[in-house]
Amino acid sequence: MQEITTTHKPLIVAFCCNWCSYAGADLAGSSRLSYPAEVKIIRVPCSCRVNPIFVLKAFQRGADGVILCGCHPGDCHYSTGNYHTRRRMALMFSMLNYFGIEKERTRIEWVSAAEGAKFSQVMNDFAKTINELGENRRLEDLRCKK
Amino acid sequence: MQKIEELMYKRASEMLESGEVDRVIAWKKGETCYDVSPATFTKDNLEGFVYDAFCGANLSKYLVEESKKGGKILVFLKPCDTYSFNQLLSEHRIKRENVYVIGIECQGKIDANKLQKKGIDGILSVEEKGDKLTVKTLYGDKEIAFEEALSVKCETCKSKEFAVSDETIVLNEMRDNREKRFEAVERLEKMTEEERYAFWQAELSKCIRCNACRNVCPACTCTHCVFDNDKSGIAGKANADSFEEKLFHIIRSYHVAGRCTDCGECSRVCPQNIPLHLINRKYIKDMNEFYGEYQAGAAVTALNPIVDFTKEDVEAATVVGGKK
Repeated sequence: MQEITTTHKPLIVAFCCNWCSYAGADLAGSSRLSYPAEVKIIRVPCSCRVNPIFVLKAFQRGADGVILCGCHPGDCHYSTGNYHTRRRMALMFSMLNYFGIEKERTRIEWVSAAEGAKFSQVMNDFAKTINELGENRRLEDLRCKK
Repeated sequence: MQKIEELMYKRASEMLESGEVDRVIAWKKGETCYDVSPATFTKDNLEGFVYDAFCGANLSKYLVEESKKGGKILVFLKPCDTYSFNQLLSEHRIKRENVYVIGIECQGKIDANKLQKKGIDGILSVEEKGDKLTVKTLYGDKEIAFEEALSVKCETCKSKEFAVSDETIVLNEMRDNREKRFEAVERLEKMTEEERYAFWQAELSKCIRCNACRNVCPACTCTHCVFDNDKSGIAGKANADSFEEKLFHIIRSYHVAGRCTDCGECSRVCPQNIPLHLINRKYIKDMNEFYGEYQAGAAVTALNPIVDFTKEDVEAATVVGGKK
């Protein structure tokens, strides 16, 4: 009997702040460091622009993992934005885990504009984790899945 | 408890007579003894005034609309309701000068459903006697431990002190069981992710999106609610699938995080008996653990932890895990 195999191609949404992490991604590119193609970057003015509902909406639209990247605490372009992000997301991620969503699916990393190598390493590591976890089944919206 | 009702009635009619207050917000008898609802009373009409073990409703939210109308209002608040009142004050939702608060004794409120589950049907009236509850029914008197009849919101207490009051009516020492407050949340936390997922999936799939939890919540007082915005994608429609119901409850609880005083009204009014307070309480527990003890409504001037920060805050990865 022929075995039916379905290959799942994960989708990772990365929210990157304009001033640090997005520039970090840029540096990774110009330094010829690769990061997985599953990672889709959404540029935001500051990590605190990310309303917690963005994370939920990303999962709804089929994301298997969501990662937030911002400036290192203390280095925010707007002075205090990422301090707010840190509190909001700590509570949000804790709540998602409380609902039974695997805690590995959500992550925050601080990546500066000079850390192209870190960006590449973080994304590779995160993509590996998500690949191991497989498809996001617990927070999916069937209407949005093709 | 009947004695307290008399004192409350006396005080209310006194103040209405003297013109000290124009209206009274209290509880009103329904068709049956357990069918009590919040009501506004005026000088000419104090009929149906009641205060007993079924008066679970938190009256503070009604003041948002009532205090706008002008005139002075007398309101009766149980200890845990005073926190909601304080929280609304700090959000400038209530005109303090228009409200006269009388704090009243509360030994915990009971739930008629729980009595019925224990096989006590045809309830005519209840009487509290210390730790026991005597229930007069169509089929004769029945006795039950008070604790067994407690409504979900009163199984644990957050406080028996009045956060705010102009005067109090307290005759007996109030029962206090606040040690167990986070027990249920801890039990859930100890489960595996699969078990927790299954638990919430089962609970939340009962949700009929009646919005009762939102409408009754003293922290939900926005005049324009996100759920009424039909562009939000989560506007008051039936739960189309399991994502929808989770989304609704995550958003609802997140919107009141840091402002939720843990009054438990959401669970009390839920027609499907979903333990919604466990979601809100998780935020409270997390905030206490991450950012220090905080009780919403304890002080009018306190800053909600979710709009505050310190440079030394814990990282999400530390508290949630996340990294393998």
